[in-house]
Amino acid sequence: MKVNFIWCSWIVLTTLICVFFANKILGQGDKSALIIGAPTLGHYQIEMACETCHTHPFGGIEVLQTACTQCHATDLDDARDSHPKTKFTDPRNADRVDILDARYCITCHTEHKKQQTQKMGLTIARDYCFLCHQDIAEERPSHKDQSFASCASAGCHNYHDNRALYQDFLIEHGNQPALLSIAQAVESEFNSATDLLAKQPALSLESSEFQQQILAHTEAAHDWQASTHAAAGVDCGGCHNTKAAQSEQRHWIEKPNHRQCASCHATEVGGFLRGKHGMRLSGALSASLSPISPSQSPLNFKAQAQGLEHGCNACHGAHTFDKKAAAVNACLGCHNDKHSLAYPGSAHGQNWLSHAGEQARSQQSLVTCATCHLPKIKTTINGSSVHTVQHNQNHNLRPNEKMIRSVCMNCHGLAFSIDALADPALIDNNFSGAPSVHIKSIDWALETHKE
Amino acid sequence: MKAQLITTAICATVSLAGCGEGASKGIEPQVYTDSLFAVMKANRTNYTQLIIKRLGPAGSDSIQPIEHWKDSDNGAPLPAQMFRAGAEAVTELTDQFSYSLQSLWPINSQNAPRTDIETQGLNYVANNPGNNFYGEEVLGSVNYFTAVYADVAVSDACTTCHNEHKDSPKTDFKIGDTMGGVVIRVPL
Repeated sequence: MKVNFIWCSWIVLTTLICVFFANKILGQGDKSALIIGAPTLGHYQIEMACETCHTHPFGGIEVLQTACTQCHATDLDDARDSHPKTKFTDPRNADRVDILDARYCITCHTEHKKQQTQKMGLTIARDYCFLCHQDIAEERPSHKDQSFASCASAGCHNYHDNRALYQDFLIEHGNQPALLSIAQAVESEFNSATDLLAKQPALSLESSEFQQQILAHTEAAHDWQASTHAAAGVDCGGCHNTKAAQSEQRHWIEKPNHRQCASCHATEVGGFLRGKHGMRLSGALSASLSPISPSQSPLNFKAQAQGLEHGCNACHGAHTFDKKAAAVNACLGCHNDKHSLAYPGSAHGQNWLSHAGEQARSQQSLVTCATCHLPKIKTTINGSSVHTVQHNQNHNLRPNEKMIRSVCMNCHGLAFSIDALADPALIDNNFSGAPSVHIKSIDWALETHKE
Repeated sequence: MKAQLITTAICATVSLAGCGEGASKGIEPQVYTDSLFAVMKANRTNYTQLIIKRLGPAGSDSIQPIEHWKDSDNGAPLPAQMFRAGAEAVTELTDQFSYSLQSLWPINSQNAPRTDIETQGLNYVANNPGNNFYGEEVLGSVNYFTAVYADVAVSDACTTCHNEHKDSPKTDFKIGDTMGGVVIRVPL
């Protein structure tokens, strides 16, 4: 009798557990019970849209790889990936694949393994270069006795992105001074979406057709009057009174979001949706998520910012759309790390503060948070060369060597840039002072070139 | 009776035809790789002579064939890079064959021979001009038919670039020399 009870209990319990997890796996509800470990800093934002990565409940490594490339293939291509999958699908590298299956992202970047996750989401030992390049010292004597754990952590190499680190680039730019003549290229050619829109005549409150709304929102209306939108001829209706999809009929939207912004600023919004701030709103996820908020992040953000939700207006400020505020104040309103907090006291920050009262256009040569992490980039839209703002901060964040060409070298020499970015203390104090570390890669490259 | 005989004859004919079809072995691996190499060699020679020579510095100078071509607005990949780009694109399309460009004197050491067959093949085509090398090898538990074809300098663009490159271990190539080999693999 007792044995039967135990067996019955076991069967019932097992069945209930199976039903519970089957419901979680196959159902549409909350799947947090299935999460086996905290995600990395790159994916926590979309943690609860499980099927974005796990597109099939019983999918294997190929399914996950497809999910990785769905989001990251373009960035890897842009970065001129030094180790593309095609290197490892060649049968001549089968022995290397047996040791480290570099055909798949998750071999080195396993998710939900926080306890073994290092910088850049790496989940294998940092000396992985040894597995294929153990005889590098025979070819390059300068590398003799160098730790293989230092290859990708000392400003010399990256596994994927070596655009500013390859030997001929080091040789070509190795003798640059620390400070170049400050580049004005972006400023002189500045040609943003606002410039294009400026072809429209400027508008005033009096001439607006939305008098009823202006009377109801006088503060917002006056903010708008002083904004670039007013100067560019974009009135209330430009954002609030838009056409519905597949329809010519306009309707009033009380709180426009990134979709309305994208009708004019598609490139910027596109970057925002691919970056950390906007990825939850991208529309490419398996679940509909709310905008990201500092309170959802494992990082340290300011207490007063915890409840903010990240849309375009969170940084740009509805109606004012002040680019100066968006470039610094918006960032410092939330970010609470050493690097951010040190900005106002840094050389870059002091210079910016001393010009705080000037017009945005005269500030183009100042270095703000956005100058480095959301920089203006030259791109081609409909055959025209224009400068847009790269709102996907992943292009200019980590690993920081990826910022050398796109940001640092606009003003600084290559050697200074590499040394500065390899100095953790200098990063913490937001580049107040000279680098205290020296990376020898340029010295070695120039020496080899001389020989 | 006559109808039965006719029916039997038709069935036998169909059966024999079917047997003959089943016995077909398809294209021989060597014919397959020889054909692939013919296309590769034609495209490689044409790119070198019709594009690089004609539009590069020795021609109209409208493009700049350069190793780090992505860093230049009018940069164009060198013939060897163009060939490798094709090889990488093919791996995205099929796993029924693969090919690579290798050398006993590679500018990039990663393009030196890595398997015994590659070493044998590259030495054979270097020492036996006009002949190809064929063999079989097991890589990653898959048996491959591996063919090696000589990669011959067809233009001074090839010899000058290799002879003057800082990482080249051989600096006296002449037009007509075997500079390396094209390795084509077919899983058996």
